[in-house]
Amino acid sequence: MSDDTSATDAAQSEEEGAPSGHDDNAGAGIRFGAIVEESLGDTVLHASVEQYLHTATAAHADGFALLVDLTAVDFLTYAGTRTLPDAVSAERFEVVTSLFNPQRRERIRIRVQVSAADAAVASMFDLWPGSELLEREVYDLFGIEFTDHPDMCRVLMPDDWVGHPLRKDYAVSSIPVQFKAASNIR
Amino acid sequence: MSTVEHDTADADAAEMATGHSVSRVHRRGDDSAVLRMSEAEAAQIGNDPSTYDDDERVLLNMGPSHPSTHGVLRLMLEMEGETVRRSKPVVGYLHTGMEKQAEQLTYLQGCTNVTRMDYASPLFTELAFSLATEKLLGIEVPERATWIRMLMCELNRMASHLLFMATNGMDLGAVGMMIYGWREREEVLRFLEKVTGLRMNHNYIRPGGVAADMHDGWEADIERLLELIPPRLEEYDILMTGQPIWRERLQGVGALNADEALALSATGPILRSTGFAWDLRRDDPYLAYPEVDFDVIVGSYGDCYDRYAIRLNEIRESMWIVEQILDNMPSGDYRVQDKKVTPPPRVRIDQSMEALIHHFKIFTEGYKVPEGETYAAVESPRGELGVYMVSDGTSKPYRMHVRGPSFINVQTMPHLMQNGLIADGVAIISSIDPIMGEVDR
Repeated sequence: MSDDTSATDAAQSEEEGAPSGHDDNAGAGIRFGAIVEESLGDTVLHASVEQYLHTATAAHADGFALLVDLTAVDFLTYAGTRTLPDAVSAERFEVVTSLFNPQRRERIRIRVQVSAADAAVASMFDLWPGSELLEREVYDLFGIEFTDHPDMCRVLMPDDWVGHPLRKDYAVSSIPVQFKAASNIR
Repeated sequence: MSTVEHDTADADAAEMATGHSVSRVHRRGDDSAVLRMSEAEAAQIGNDPSTYDDDERVLLNMGPSHPSTHGVLRLMLEMEGETVRRSKPVVGYLHTGMEKQAEQLTYLQGCTNVTRMDYASPLFTELAFSLATEKLLGIEVPERATWIRMLMCELNRMASHLLFMATNGMDLGAVGMMIYGWREREEVLRFLEKVTGLRMNHNYIRPGGVAADMHDGWEADIERLLELIPPRLEEYDILMTGQPIWRERLQGVGALNADEALALSATGPILRSTGFAWDLRRDDPYLAYPEVDFDVIVGSYGDCYDRYAIRLNEIRESMWIVEQILDNMPSGDYRVQDKKVTPPPRVRIDQSMEALIHHFKIFTEGYKVPEGETYAAVESPRGELGVYMVSDGTSKPYRMHVRGPSFINVQTMPHLMQNGLIADGVAIISSIDPIMGEVDR
């Protein structure tokens, strides 16, 4: 299959939001329905919030059996100029998912732009249950919701904590230690 | 035990064929090993047990202050008699916002922060942080610095695994082992102290190289260590490995297969214990690991005994690597001579005003790192330790995320403990070897 056809296929599936399944066009700019970019030697896939689950599903089917890492970045006070592919519009949050393919020993990273107004993306739980704690951590520290997550609650901060500490508008300051429901503990 | 080749093709095919409805780690509902209950709910049931709608089962709280939870891990256990049905690890008791803190510190100060995460193997977090920073800066460290890093990390791996030997022994009632493990670890830490000035939290590996060159006569110190440790490991074999009680206590306890471990993102000895030979030193090489010879130790049953045996043998492998480094240590500089990141030598400060200003600037403002984002990973004693770093072109990381293997490995706990006895739970927590400083960050 020529690069042209596979790119067209991928572009179509991008429109339909279906997984492309093509994995042999790594250099072609589109992979798993997402835009491919190089970042200091790493392969980065830019997927939209809608595409994210399909891209991940295609990557999973392609042998990316290990979800290495899942985190987020808040670009609210970013001092530099954000360089993203033309088709990707910058949003406040970015969810970054690192995957590994043990057979090909290949690493990819999926970056998803998430708007502050609707801070929610699909959970990766059904593909990689190992994402459970990582997604809870992102929810806890950034306030990004993961839809269809089995247990969407805080993990590091106390349950009744107000605010999401790793957001850039959350000030660094010292806060008196709050003990979790101290009076209720038997 | 030695290296065996795993068959990922089969495993993947099986996974794709079966989808995600069969595997126990994918379960969401009440049949899952994970007790997905909020702490508030658990506290409510604690206050009034009659509100719990299951007659057979009882909720039990374990930790956060429990001698076998390695610090401040709390477990909510759903018990049926002595058997654990479901459980949920509750973490966050040591959370001090170190990732937020990292955004306030320059790249030079960053190492002092990250070294406090995994306090049993601090050099690995420093290394991952430095590798990520160097990747953004686009600098190559001198060969000697690379080999010194490798030497120190392998010694640190030994220290960390020796600590595991001590705590694993203690958790299972081999109290003597506790003292022996600490004793050997202390020997290794003594060397680390001689080089870095500190027993723990070294702040030794820094972007651009290491903080100081090896001291005179370090070779003799290493040779002494290499002579001292092996007979002690033989003693561990007598005390534990071949012991019927030890085997009885660990074999078949907390078993996991390779697919489940991969699905749960478990790495390090937990993944290797399932027979999946996966070690970043070999599979995604960094530093000069391709130039040294070592085996990736794997188990076959994925149980607590395999995880113990893997760590014991990894100490031997690390010693073998250290021996090779001793023979091949290149000469040269221990840090990069790049004016941007390296402060001028002390003598220059007395002679030159510019050198003084340069020195002052590096330590007050720090150096600016070009814009970009990157991920660097190393094989820590607990698994893949990665640093995801975003720079906005200033002298402080815009975002620094640490992929802590302890944090992610904690989620294998409910699956390992399901349908086992609560007494085995202690063996399982111990065999996962979580460092709570890294779990909570």
